[in-house]
Amino acid sequence: MVKLVERLDRVIIRFAGDSGDGMQLTGDRFTSETASLGNDLATLPNFPAEIRAPAGTLPGVSSFQVHFADHDILTPGDAPDVLVAMNPAALKANLPDVPKGATLIVDTDGFTARALAKVGYPSDPLADGSLESYKVHAVDLTGLTMEALKEFGLTRKEAGRAKNMFALGLLSWMYGRPVEGTLSFLETKFARQPAIRDANLAAFRAGWNYGETTEDFAVSYEVRPAPMPAGRYRNITGNLALSYGLVTASQRSGLPLFLGSYPITPASDILHELARHKRFGVRTFQAEDEIAGIGAALGAAFGGSLGVTTTSGPGVALKSETIGLAVSLELPLIVVDVQRGGPSTGLPTKTEQSDLLQAMFGRNGEAPVPIVAPCSPADCFDVALEATRIALTYRTPVFLLSDGYLANGAEPWRVPEVDDLPDLRVEFATEPNGEAGEFLPYLRDPRTLARPWAVPGTPGLEHRIGGIEKADRTGNISYDPDNHDHMVRLRQAKVDGIDVPPLEVDDPGAQARVLVLGWGSTYGPIGAAVRRVRLAGRDVAQAHLRHLNPLPANTGKVLRSYDRVLLPEMNLGQLALLLRARFLVDVVSYTQVRGLPFKAEELAGVIEDVIK
Amino acid sequence: MTSEVPVELGLPGLRGVPTAEEKQTKKDFTSDQEVRWCPGCGDYAILAAVQGFLPELGLRRENITFVSGIGCSSRFPYYLDTYGMHSIHGRAPAIATGLAASRPDLSVWVVTGDGDALSIGGNHLLHALRRNVNLTILLFNNRIYGLTKGQYSPTSELGKITKSTPMGSLDHPYNPVSLALGAEATFVARTIDSDRAHLTSVLRAAAAHRGTSLVEIYQNCNIFNDGAFDALKDRETREDVLVRLEDGQPVRFGADLDKGIRRDPVTGALEVCAADDPLVLVHRPGADDPSQAFALSRLSDPGSLARTPIGVFRSVQQPTYDDLMTGQLEQAVETQGPGDLGALLRGRDTWEVA
Repeated sequence: MVKLVERLDRVIIRFAGDSGDGMQLTGDRFTSETASLGNDLATLPNFPAEIRAPAGTLPGVSSFQVHFADHDILTPGDAPDVLVAMNPAALKANLPDVPKGATLIVDTDGFTARALAKVGYPSDPLADGSLESYKVHAVDLTGLTMEALKEFGLTRKEAGRAKNMFALGLLSWMYGRPVEGTLSFLETKFARQPAIRDANLAAFRAGWNYGETTEDFAVSYEVRPAPMPAGRYRNITGNLALSYGLVTASQRSGLPLFLGSYPITPASDILHELARHKRFGVRTFQAEDEIAGIGAALGAAFGGSLGVTTTSGPGVALKSETIGLAVSLELPLIVVDVQRGGPSTGLPTKTEQSDLLQAMFGRNGEAPVPIVAPCSPADCFDVALEATRIALTYRTPVFLLSDGYLANGAEPWRVPEVDDLPDLRVEFATEPNGEAGEFLPYLRDPRTLARPWAVPGTPGLEHRIGGIEKADRTGNISYDPDNHDHMVRLRQAKVDGIDVPPLEVDDPGAQARVLVLGWGSTYGPIGAAVRRVRLAGRDVAQAHLRHLNPLPANTGKVLRSYDRVLLPEMNLGQLALLLRARFLVDVVSYTQVRGLPFKAEELAGVIEDVIK
Repeated sequence: MTSEVPVELGLPGLRGVPTAEEKQTKKDFTSDQEVRWCPGCGDYAILAAVQGFLPELGLRRENITFVSGIGCSSRFPYYLDTYGMHSIHGRAPAIATGLAASRPDLSVWVVTGDGDALSIGGNHLLHALRRNVNLTILLFNNRIYGLTKGQYSPTSELGKITKSTPMGSLDHPYNPVSLALGAEATFVARTIDSDRAHLTSVLRAAAAHRGTSLVEIYQNCNIFNDGAFDALKDRETREDVLVRLEDGQPVRFGADLDKGIRRDPVTGALEVCAADDPLVLVHRPGADDPSQAFALSRLSDPGSLARTPIGVFRSVQQPTYDDLMTGQLEQAVETQGPGDLGALLRGRDTWEVA
């Protein structure tokens, strides 16, 4: 049967099922296939904190959304064009996000009276006409999978578990995805369980063949590769890019990487990833708690390592005292906070930007810490290098504020050439620096105000440092009032003086009266919204802050150049508070804390309202 | 009478730390900072013993680092002319772990107190001990909070009357040696600030041990808890109270070594017996099984200090965390080759855009 192939410029697919159904893996594989075809893409995994929430319930639904296109895109998309629902709960939980006219591919196997009742469906939505305005493909994915695997001698349960690969095969056919990557992935993943490997491969192929042969799917679709700058690309998540950034920072600085960390969602994957790179001299220490994680990293930094700790908001709260110590010791240290919903345990698997003020002020005393934030998954790589540059140059702890959306979201990344990456080499002190031949551990570089980094093992530079206030130059204990005032101001001046590139504004017609400003992971949704507004014929400027402390020197000037400044944030206006206090500019704060990224359409509406 | 603790030849605890070319003296380890403990504090004696003992190790001064927490004892690093860090309350074992695990060429010491190590920092102490990082932890136990001016500590005897417990403390004290043995520490010892020879011999054994060494040092706070250990120091009575543990020797005490310690064959509890009792225990700090060491740690009366053992309770060789970590890094390079950054960044799944 020859089927029609229809060309599309972009598609948004959401896979949804029970948290044990393998939806994240399915989405990951579809994304890899899509990446290797050369589409631009962005992803949004969304899952509960429970590992296996009760089956068939609304709280147990896990989903993975992927947006791919033949052009440059910025977000995982607002609303799915295709929803793959593996059970009634997945349908019910996700249908409100699906626009009328979209395609639903539903596994009918789970639509029993009991399962329907469990999620509060009074009648079967596949039969009662309530889905009439959608293109519904009701397919017994589980039954077809079991049928395809009946020769494999698996139990019903084991065979049924391969249904996600059947669904992946079907969607791969629908969108003409290359399958080699998934086949070799399954070969490797289940190399030691040949029966499971063969079942998954067979289920995947059966899904593909089902699409090709059944009349239910009359059309397949083509999304052509997106034009991108020349180079070699790979697909990468924020946590992976951040891990690679840290390994790269270690290699480019010549300092061994020491990660002290305690497992916490959504940061743990950085610990897992770095633990795999021992041959790069990377030491990973899974500590007894958050405090020990950063303590060990600081101890390693004292010894001349590139000390890093990775955590999320609750962990930062525990590390605060040690960050203050690092401020006082003036040692390089990188604190990665992959933000999640708060307060307290909050929403461990959801995203939020609500740790900005914690990073900025969450310590006793005047304890300034530089803050940088990546704007996309791939940008986590560059920002890890930038955080390292600041930490090493200025001998200071640095906050890197990622978030759950960046951590787990993926996009294509142009792989850099190693030789093009910044040189981060640093020189340890080797000689006494005092006029009388003594070593002064708090004598500063006049340009950076950084103090010398003299590591144990260096003869003649033996010295003691600590959290008690230190005398300028000598570092000896000092309770002198004038010295304390001087040291507090010096530490502040050092951070204020960090060399930060100017804030760049994208204002193509130079006619805009409204600026949309953002920081961190809102870059994608803001950018997509700005495009929509411009397509509608209105002028709007966009700028995005990577450095939050210190802010770029031209920030105030940029803010004052526009009639209105709109600042969308996934918190209750934390950066808006800082900018108002700092520049006396009445920033329009637009906020949401739903645990999910902004939708471009909604932000476009907000921008329109501010322009009017 | 003093006892000597045997030292293992070759000081395995310091393997990898470069040695000094010239002979050193106490002066080499004395910093230019004025010592600011209260006059009469037991810390002075410990400082003098450590400054006097470090030259004996023959290590390069710059390869020695002292890390401390918060409290009177934690001012210690300022007074030694080595590298040092006076950190934050309770966290010194964690900080020292990062330093020791990343710098095999350093001799890393932790100085802490009963509040710092056992109260606010209890968790870090336990985990340092179970991990067996190559650290020597000196725990100054004065059974009181000194720097905050006299509240009871986690080693204060039950019913202790202090500013924060005017009707007596309600919580049962820790026994640091029992705690360390419970955490399966590979080296655990106890000594006394005023017994210079014993203190030095224990320090020597601790430094020689590869792995985490915990040395509890009974230390007098003459301001807030004066005389806490007088029972162990009074020349008239101390030999009736101190039980000196020596490797391979019967556990005996008393002015004429006329008393012994044996295990009740029925209950298993330790009890005092005659020195010539055939069941008198023989001390075996190198035994893998820590049961007898633990039983000895329970021997003393926390109030009167009667039957207080001092010396090395346990000293066994086990792989250290830092050696194992270094080993994994070396093994990774051996089996996979040294890291190739370009190959890492490219990964296995890339595509070209022309």
